[in-house]
Amino acid sequence: MGEVIVITSGKGGVGKTTTTANLGTGLAVQGKKVVLIDTDIGLRNLDVVMGLENRIVYDLVDVIEGTCRLKQALIKDKRYEGLHLLPAPQTRDKNAVTPEQMLKLCDELKEEFDYILIDCPAGIEQGFKNAIAGADKAFVITTPEVSAVRDADRIIGLLEAHEIRKPRLIVNRVRADMVKRGDMMSIEDIIDILAIDLIGVVPDDENIIISTNRGEPAVIDGKSMAGQAYRNITNRLMGQDVPIMDLNVSEGLLSKMKKLLGFKTA
Amino acid sequence: MLDTILSFFKKKESSKDVAKERLKLVLIHDRSNVSPQFLEMVKGEIIKVIQNYMEIDEESLDIQLTKTNSEDGERMVPALVANIPIKGMKNAGR
Repeated sequence: MGEVIVITSGKGGVGKTTTTANLGTGLAVQGKKVVLIDTDIGLRNLDVVMGLENRIVYDLVDVIEGTCRLKQALIKDKRYEGLHLLPAPQTRDKNAVTPEQMLKLCDELKEEFDYILIDCPAGIEQGFKNAIAGADKAFVITTPEVSAVRDADRIIGLLEAHEIRKPRLIVNRVRADMVKRGDMMSIEDIIDILAIDLIGVVPDDENIIISTNRGEPAVIDGKSMAGQAYRNITNRLMGQDVPIMDLNVSEGLLSKMKKLLGFKTA
Repeated sequence: MLDTILSFFKKKESSKDVAKERLKLVLIHDRSNVSPQFLEMVKGEIIKVIQNYMEIDEESLDIQLTKTNSEDGERMVPALVANIPIKGMKNAGR
């Protein structure tokens, strides 16, 4: 029986799609059967980040409306065995899907796949409700900015209201130099405010833009810091105890961070 | 004098501390907005306590979460404002 994880943030542009692509690829590289669902109807992007934009025939709404079979709409990634994408339609409305239909689809996919990762649209309306409907777990993405943390807090409240307990946090685009000189909130500051468990920290890394340019997730790039961070998150997701990456933050802070996390239970 | 010292320290405050402070305040407001039942719960509890000592007009009782000036008057802070009309004192209060 697979696990459905929604990747959400509230605010747009904090890295939901990039994270979905990287975690999905990371899991597939480790031999898992994975399907990525883009639920951003009308503004799909997971296809281009994955480099699969030329292979779309059917989409999420085609499956839900019965225009095609589920198997026909799943795009098999030829580079990574076991990785599949269910793209969003580009020309439909968010209301073309209901939360009940999403739940049914997720339950169906769970039968065959180890992990179903759902790329959630920005916002808290219909698209968000659809994306979380079938989720067992949630990863909340934020960046160390006031606006992103505020929206993450709102999302955490809404997830709990929808009975998705214990969402876990990914802090994206951390700049160690700025944290060091006191011009960026640290991981510790953000955890203190949001009061949820951390699953990973991703450094700000230009390799993400380069790999997105090519349509090849950074997680497979051995030289990318962000790629390493995503590999770590993948391993934690699979239950391994991996320490949080050293982003050249002061010793004291790092050890405090580790203490806060308590990955033994992860 | 005290103000000068305070403002001296304030200038040295790092931008991340400013960010954290602002976030904490805005979240107090956001979080209370998430559940409208929250204020009703607070209201119910306050009525219970005050009724031990005074007769109050429950109908026109009004409780709101608003903003007010902080003591140094330089920023806005969240405040719980309660307007509770008293009809009379109970014996226990004398």
